[in-house]
Amino acid sequence: MQDLSVATSWFHSFLLGYIPEWAAVTLECLLIGVGLLLLYAVLALFYILFERKVCAAFQCRLGPNRVGPWGLLQSVADMFKILIKELITLNHGDKFLFELAPFLVIIASMLAFAVLPWGNGLEVINFNVGIFFLLAVSSIGVLGILLAGWSSNNKYTLIGALRSGAQMVSYELSMGLSVVTMVVIAGTMNVHEICMAQEHLWFIFSGHIPAIIAFIIFMIAGTAETNRGPFDLPEAESELTAGYHTEYSGIHFGFYYLAEYLNLFIVSGVAALLFFGGWMPLHIPGFDAFNNIMDYIPSVVWFLAKAVALSFIIIWFKWTFPRLRIDQLLTLEWKYLLPINLFNLVLMVVVVLYRLTL
Amino acid sequence: MIALEIQNVTLAFTALLTGVALVAAALLIARLISPSSYNPQKGEPYECGIPTRGESMAQFKVGYYLFAILFLMFDVETVFLYPWAVNVTRLGTNGLTAIAVFFCIIVLGLVYAWRKGALEWK
Repeated sequence: MQDLSVATSWFHSFLLGYIPEWAAVTLECLLIGVGLLLLYAVLALFYILFERKVCAAFQCRLGPNRVGPWGLLQSVADMFKILIKELITLNHGDKFLFELAPFLVIIASMLAFAVLPWGNGLEVINFNVGIFFLLAVSSIGVLGILLAGWSSNNKYTLIGALRSGAQMVSYELSMGLSVVTMVVIAGTMNVHEICMAQEHLWFIFSGHIPAIIAFIIFMIAGTAETNRGPFDLPEAESELTAGYHTEYSGIHFGFYYLAEYLNLFIVSGVAALLFFGGWMPLHIPGFDAFNNIMDYIPSVVWFLAKAVALSFIIIWFKWTFPRLRIDQLLTLEWKYLLPINLFNLVLMVVVVLYRLTL
Repeated sequence: MIALEIQNVTLAFTALLTGVALVAAALLIARLISPSSYNPQKGEPYECGIPTRGESMAQFKVGYYLFAILFLMFDVETVFLYPWAVNVTRLGTNGLTAIAVFFCIIVLGLVYAWRKGALEWK
């Protein structure tokens, strides 16, 4: 595997040859910022189209097919359309919090986005507590949703926000515990080292039974975290119109839409990182020729392919299961997933301590 | 090693500013090119067409708070599991006994909440 950090450190030393260090660091930060922004926007647009196409395929429809070849430019056109829509100001709402809420939602997803391992040596933020940092910042999003619902001064948004808050905090617990389970086998929280630890075999294979249980729980919790079907009751349109973002119009609403799709990507990216090796190619111990061929596929392609494949599974959920009621949702989390998760953690510790990993 | 961490904090700050810049720039563009007109009806809460009845800040179930409090306890307990999870093979028996006691407290907490009926949605 080519280590792409060679390229970034070469760029750093190249800049140092011409300008002082503070200027080089500032320029690099600026470039990283622009890169993140572009990647964020492009991925969100791609995901919106991807979901619409997949949903259409599940319902035997064609999906968007007019704008551009195969409808590829549909979400770009939608973006321009949403930009020229009026931003309605409320008469009674809390205006400051109403404006602040989209910032929180976007910041939470942007920070989590920056932790993901894009390729070998391509992590933007390489904290030694990386995966923990990711969980911590992604919970800021709940705050944005609660503020959005509360500041809109509307019954639908208030109830939608409370449902969403209860759902997201509950499933964050399952998410955190399944991440702990995988940290036990990885022995580190650094995203780069987690990838490196899966060099011989991905964790879903080497951790066998406990890893598979953790993976299933993580996917369920991830679907609930992103407020997607069958857990989309905060925006159950027949009861709550659009849930917590009913009062948002134009690009204000667009931010929630963007963040929702980016959260889908982040959840699948983290699942790819913890269970399917992040950017690590598929290696089977003993098959050296096969492993060498796999190494020729660039690490960025591996990561994106895994993330998109896992997103496809999450979109598939939506068309397979009917929407849950709030009591069923909380029962599923607190009476099933949490006890199973605690048991699974013990199982994983036994597997790791007795060296039963493959 | 410390220099590396400082760099990471700078990068995290960069990501945060990128998020702010994304929202601010999009809002600026939208305000420049989108139409705007004033109408007192427009800013009313979206409900069903007729003027809103009663307070918009309606009463809601206290159950939401109960689950938030339960979440708070269990999430803080999960946070304490992380440092141990990283070092599970290095800490050996001592670490294992310490965390086993702590783990029993978590499970007892869950059993208590369950028996008390705090996990029922009434």
